[in-house]
Amino acid sequence: MISTDTTHPNTAPFLSLEAVRKTYPGVVALDRFSMEVRPGEVIGLVGENGAGKSTLMKILGGVTRPDSGTVTVDGAAHDGLTVEQSIGSGIAFVHQELNLFDNLDVAANIFFGREPLRAGPLKLVDRAKLRDMVAPLLKRVGANFSADAPVASLSLAQQQMVEIAKALSIRARLVILDEPTSSLPIAETEKLLDVIKGLKAQGISVIFISHRLHEIERVADRVVVLRDGTLAGTLAKAEINHDEMVRLMIGRMLKEREKAGEAARAPGGVALSANAIRTSTYPDRPVSVELRRGEILGLAGLVGSGRTELARVLFGIDERLGGSVALDGKPLDVGSAADAVAAGIFLVPEDRKLTGILLDLSIAQNISLPNLPAHAKHQLVSTGAELATAEKQKKNLGIKAPSVLTRTGTLSGGNQQKVVLAKWLAMNPKVMILDEPTRGIDIGAKAEIYGLMRALADAGVAVLMISSDMEEVIGVSDRIAVMHEGQISGILDKDDFSQENVLLLAVGKKPKLLQAAGGVE
Amino acid sequence: MSKKDLGLLVLILVVGAVVTAINPRFLLPINLANTSNLIGLFGILSIGQAFVIITGGIELSVGSLVALLGTLFIDFIAVRELDWPLAFVVIILLGAIIGFVHGWLITRLKLQPFVVTLCGLLIYRGVARFYTADGTAGFAFGQNFPDLEFLTAGRSGGVPNSFIALIIIAIVMWVVLHRSVFGRYLYAIGKNEEAAKYSGIRTGRIVIAAYVICGVLTALSAIYFAMYTRSISPASHGQFYELYAIAAAVLGGFSLRGGEGSLVGVILGTVLLQELQNLVNLLGIPSSLNFAVMGGVILIGVLVDQQWGVFRARRRMVEATRQNVAGAPAE
Repeated sequence: MISTDTTHPNTAPFLSLEAVRKTYPGVVALDRFSMEVRPGEVIGLVGENGAGKSTLMKILGGVTRPDSGTVTVDGAAHDGLTVEQSIGSGIAFVHQELNLFDNLDVAANIFFGREPLRAGPLKLVDRAKLRDMVAPLLKRVGANFSADAPVASLSLAQQQMVEIAKALSIRARLVILDEPTSSLPIAETEKLLDVIKGLKAQGISVIFISHRLHEIERVADRVVVLRDGTLAGTLAKAEINHDEMVRLMIGRMLKEREKAGEAARAPGGVALSANAIRTSTYPDRPVSVELRRGEILGLAGLVGSGRTELARVLFGIDERLGGSVALDGKPLDVGSAADAVAAGIFLVPEDRKLTGILLDLSIAQNISLPNLPAHAKHQLVSTGAELATAEKQKKNLGIKAPSVLTRTGTLSGGNQQKVVLAKWLAMNPKVMILDEPTRGIDIGAKAEIYGLMRALADAGVAVLMISSDMEEVIGVSDRIAVMHEGQISGILDKDDFSQENVLLLAVGKKPKLLQAAGGVE
Repeated sequence: MSKKDLGLLVLILVVGAVVTAINPRFLLPINLANTSNLIGLFGILSIGQAFVIITGGIELSVGSLVALLGTLFIDFIAVRELDWPLAFVVIILLGAIIGFVHGWLITRLKLQPFVVTLCGLLIYRGVARFYTADGTAGFAFGQNFPDLEFLTAGRSGGVPNSFIALIIIAIVMWVVLHRSVFGRYLYAIGKNEEAAKYSGIRTGRIVIAAYVICGVLTALSAIYFAMYTRSISPASHGQFYELYAIAAAVLGGFSLRGGEGSLVGVILGTVLLQELQNLVNLLGIPSSLNFAVMGGVILIGVLVDQQWGVFRARRRMVEATRQNVAGAPAE
């Protein structure tokens, strides 16, 4: 089941799992799972949410014991690891949510609780020695910041480097990166991938978990695919490609993506036009953009380029400092989100848990919330009408939940996002703005969301999709507008779509095909 | 009735039984009528507070408002000789206006509810004392308002009318809070105001409405308190009543972060508080310990509730992980 690795064929594996099985009451989380990690090998670990990745991580971290099977670390076989054994044998984790004190500096974070102390009764921290200890670690991760920089001043990728340096400081031999790039902008991601290559060169093994398959393609020596708790397959370096990973992950080919990639049909008329909009983040940079009925306009750009701010102004959350908005040719004054909703302009916000849904409310209550008066008689909520709408949406969108009365907080990310979509689909959208609609969502649900967006466009809705996922922007959009420092630096038509062009525009340069730069004000 | 409310009801009955065992006078009709009168007065006040707390706000000025509006009401009918129904309407309107101003300052000018209503607490108390020149507002000898007195301080079949008023208000407000569109919005805002806003709810208006409701109910209870005491010295009348109201809501399961609590809960909270007051009197506990007893019981109640919440959250997490893992093979 395990392919022979080409990079380090002669070295004994640092870690090997054999026939590991873990069950929770009523469910098999991991079954007959075997894998090996050799020194200096980068393993890409992929699988949908719920495929068993977290269980595997817990076993490696010593948090959970497998029911059966063997975990061999550095030649010593165990029935299961303890947390101490895991740390002691050099397994280190870098989680998606970083565990750093952002009010302390880099050095203090790396050696937190293990600071070198000066002699004397006060046991003060020996800062000089601390810096000497930190310097080589930072060099090993290729850090471009100093040891006394406050963590708060670092970018996300830099903070991840600090985490990795921390892992190295405890002599890690296997670093497990859990979705490190999901919140990183494009340029930052590059840095992180370089760090992974650097670790590999130093003989440190890496398990790289990511939903961004093209990153896996670039750094992994081997890919291990989990599906439904079992090993769906292992791909050797030469076999790693996007479609194959997806096929193993979901056990079928993705139709939705192909559909989303169909040639652009003739776009309809202009639904929403924003003229010289100025946001509070970039008050002196007016933005104009037109959304056509039946098209998906991708809005790309680096984080902080003003995309989210534009969406928030169009949806009436932020104040519009200037410019005008017209819907279907008629001027529209959106002073609040309530105005936008009344006009049929809906937003699926970036931060699902804080602004997209109310985690404590049920699926049904979330879906009816924006349209509650329609589910009420004489101002009294009709639970029957509410449940009927929710059941219908649950079925249409395939929301996986025991019932529509389930608290949305207990749902997976993908299903929560479907609830956000459901509440708007239950009304009649004219313009749908989606801000990073698939962030943190597994592949299967992603494809469903792409399918929904396409269906919306086909039904004549104007769709604006903000995304930092290059694959997604190029694969799903009919046109791509790219923002750079508060302004739209260019709009690409389908023929000019390429990662390079999007990146060039995102950093404010001209794309390779100049006729693409039409439509810029 | 939720489990929480049921627990509170059991506690009320147990405390009642213990007090009765020690001092059977607890169950005398006169004692029950007096206590239920007080429950009526504080209950109306506490329901108003509950509407503000559910949005995640707080209204600290209600005690001072009870003094100011009570003083004005007595002054209107006893000194200025306004028709009492007119005076009644004016006072209720004043309560609504003050509530509106608080809500407006909080939602439009983004001031913190604690700060706005704390200033209110100081201002209204000061105005009330100034209005009477630090004197006492009261009725002249022989001044009678039979209809008003019947409605506020009278009894029907032995039951104080203030208590009946509370029941009627509670039923109406129960429907508003638990069945109406507005009530759902209140909970949504209390749980997560941002998300509610992103769902197209005009959160500002809803929050202002909550403060208006609080103002109106406070004004109504101010009239009841005025007619119950019949004379008001604004320096002390209604002092700490905001704390009684907040305590009733907290005991009744409201979270000061908002989004949690039920109308039945706040009524039961009021009942328990008044029962404790009564207990202090009946069991011969020095009345100076009154507040200490109240504080102790609230602390214990909140602690138990908190621990219960932690336990439930843990259980829910375990279930959620199970569900997530269980849901996986189906995908």
